[in-house]
Amino acid sequence: MSVLGYSTVRISGGILVAIAIIALVGPWMSPHDYASTDFDNLLLPPTLSGGHPFGSDSLGRDLFVRTMMGVRVTLLVAIVASIVSLVIGVAYGAVAGFVGGRTDAAMMRMVDTLYALPFIFFVILLLVAFERNFLLIFVAIGAVNWLDMARIVRGQTLSLREREFVEAARLTGVSTPRIIVRHIAPNLIGIVIVYLTLTIPQAILVESFLSYLGLGVQEPQTSLGALVNDGVNHMEGASWALLIPAGLLAVILMSFNFLGDGLRDFFDSRHTS
Amino acid sequence: MSLLEVDNVSIRYGDNTVVDDVSFSIDRGESVGLVGESGSGKSQTALSILGLLSRQARFSGRIRFDDVELDKATEEQLNRVRARRIGMVFQDPMQALNPYLRVGRQLRAVLRCHELATAAECDARVMEMLERVGLPDAQRQFRAYPHQLSGGMRQRVMLASALIAGPDLLIADEPTTALDVTVQAQILELLEEIRDDTALLLITHDLGIVAGHCERMLVLESGRLVESGPTTAVFAAPQHAHTRALLAAVPRIDRVDIPPPATGQSILGVDGASVSYRERGKQRLQAVKGVNMSLRCGETIAVVGESGSGKSSLVRAMLGLVPMESGRVVYAGTPLEGPVERRAREHRRDLQLVFQDPASALNPQMRVRNIVSEPLLVHEPGLSARARLKRVNAALEQVGLADEYLLRYPHELSGGQAQRVAIARALILGPKVLFCDEAVAALDVSVRQQVLDLLQRVQADTGLSIIFISHDLAVVRSISHRVLVLYMGRLLEVADNAALFSHPRHPYTSALIDAVPVPDPVVAPKKAPLRGEVPSLLNPPPGCVFHPRCEHAREVCSATLPPMRDIAGTRVACHRADEIDLSR
Repeated sequence: MSVLGYSTVRISGGILVAIAIIALVGPWMSPHDYASTDFDNLLLPPTLSGGHPFGSDSLGRDLFVRTMMGVRVTLLVAIVASIVSLVIGVAYGAVAGFVGGRTDAAMMRMVDTLYALPFIFFVILLLVAFERNFLLIFVAIGAVNWLDMARIVRGQTLSLREREFVEAARLTGVSTPRIIVRHIAPNLIGIVIVYLTLTIPQAILVESFLSYLGLGVQEPQTSLGALVNDGVNHMEGASWALLIPAGLLAVILMSFNFLGDGLRDFFDSRHTS
Repeated sequence: MSLLEVDNVSIRYGDNTVVDDVSFSIDRGESVGLVGESGSGKSQTALSILGLLSRQARFSGRIRFDDVELDKATEEQLNRVRARRIGMVFQDPMQALNPYLRVGRQLRAVLRCHELATAAECDARVMEMLERVGLPDAQRQFRAYPHQLSGGMRQRVMLASALIAGPDLLIADEPTTALDVTVQAQILELLEEIRDDTALLLITHDLGIVAGHCERMLVLESGRLVESGPTTAVFAAPQHAHTRALLAAVPRIDRVDIPPPATGQSILGVDGASVSYRERGKQRLQAVKGVNMSLRCGETIAVVGESGSGKSSLVRAMLGLVPMESGRVVYAGTPLEGPVERRAREHRRDLQLVFQDPASALNPQMRVRNIVSEPLLVHEPGLSARARLKRVNAALEQVGLADEYLLRYPHELSGGQAQRVAIARALILGPKVLFCDEAVAALDVSVRQQVLDLLQRVQADTGLSIIFISHDLAVVRSISHRVLVLYMGRLLEVADNAALFSHPRHPYTSALIDAVPVPDPVVAPKKAPLRGEVPSLLNPPPGCVFHPRCEHAREVCSATLPPMRDIAGTRVACHRADEIDLSR
């Protein structure tokens, strides 16, 4: 059965693709601009005819365009942070687990040490030390998230290393890097994907949290987290300013989770009878 | 009226029919064997009797036990029958016993659930039962957790818990498959002894067990009941082709054609091999100690012994997969040293290994083509893709697989096909020595014979030398030239095939041979030749390691280590080898 045979994959993947397309195309279709203010139209409720399908914010900016800009940022976080944690985490964990012994101990103690650093503090330091850069935030999040990934991959590698097909490869004379690439890594896909679907929402939440604190993206740029933050201030008079970005955030997070579930089922079923 | 009546039972999973219109009955006190290969539906049939099928299963048919219609019974009614009136023993006692309950409480639960004894009487009843199943030191084991017991003791506990409520029927699903032959003989004997008038449904793939322990037998083939009748009659004149095929595939240890001794030059030798592993803390577990052997060109040497005898460790050390503590390996005049990664390329290509479980020996993410061609990528990197594919095809053809399997994943193969792929991978480089670590143990009898034939054919064609690890002496007898007997990592006896089986010199060898069930109902099963189980390797007995279980042991055996001696061409390590006569 192909991966699209799984309804969880089809539905959650479809939702994510649809959201991504709207976020890319939507702002371009709208007459409004995400940064321009309009003091005659503050906090308008959503109307289809009035040109503000999601309403407007306290500075009169169109919330549809701003929400779509926020979705772009959020999805970008998801992609960049997860690629960073995937690449570092899998490589590090697979090497530590496969080589084993002292190398493993040293590598994993380093992970433990990094783990002990207060994470938010670490990100804030990074943001202060370097100029505030859009991409830097994401890389920082990924660079912290890889620790979990490395631990999980190492554990899995330790058990794979004992499997007989790895012994068979050693006997034949397959080199260690090749064993890791050909025999260990493909068998990690299932668990890595499951774990990625846990880290992606985590990265999105951290970005939202940083933006909420004012440390994330800077005005007039925005993200779903920053929009929720804005919305909270007008919760009583203009609930849509909170509900729409918060709802979208929830839909995106859940879609990633379901996508991960479905992909795991797919990879499991492919290799067990 | 019979005790159990199974009528037109069918079990389906989706479109897949695993049991197809099976009917049989069991009388009070009768012992019936249910035989079939893996996937024949024998376990499913047994589970359906107790209403233990998984929820996806679709069941049809009638099952009556005494006065209860089991197929229509509610869960509550079933619970009154389970354990109380039908006891069940599973293959793996470690899975069937709750790891968090002490043995005593485990058994007490059965009595309490069915209110067969007051809380005060329970302990006494449980103790009595534990003693009946021959649990040594029952007082202490009463308070032990399952993981603290050996495999054989666990199965005794399992048997105790199945019989403690005095059921009318005992269902035993492969009760000895996970055990060594010597322990299997003990458990089967115990089963006979304590069963009294409890009827027995014994599910097994081993025709030897059925021959020795069942009055009647049922043969299943892919969910259909193809033959049933008194065991003696079925063995004497099997009616169905499948039964005949099953019987033909079982090697008879007492009458089998044995290969003549090989006469080639020595190709691989081991001298004083020792392997030890570090256990918790500083303790060292001595897996192999001072083993010498030499393999000739074109010869098959079998390495036999119970689990924990060091068979696999010896082979892995020779191949450089685990470090050798002391001793040396010489291949074609050159010493092999260090881990496999540091050995010379041509040595690695000449020595290959086939594993026990093909499911774990093949990378589940690779297609057959890539699995088999991997050794070529390493050793003949210059080969073009086309030449490589040609070689892969030739290797698969050699093991009897058509090229339609090239693109399959391992899970799309049956056990026998997967093992052939593993053998093709080992043979593609044209090795000189093939190590087989229980290579046929996980296969059904009919497939097993095909794989053995394949190995013998390759040997005849290419002069391959084989080191064949096995716990199955009937198989060993049919394919090996010489046999090495290991016990607790020590070499006890080395002899030519013919000599070993007709004139064993070591009491342990003789016991191993006697423990093998003979697939012939006319031959009465021998009394279990060995008591107890292998002692802990962390704390080996002094003197001869075998003396605590040896019926011929004298004082000298516990005092000094017996030297290796030569008696009429057999090398044997036993103080009394020239005094006792074990010939048969």
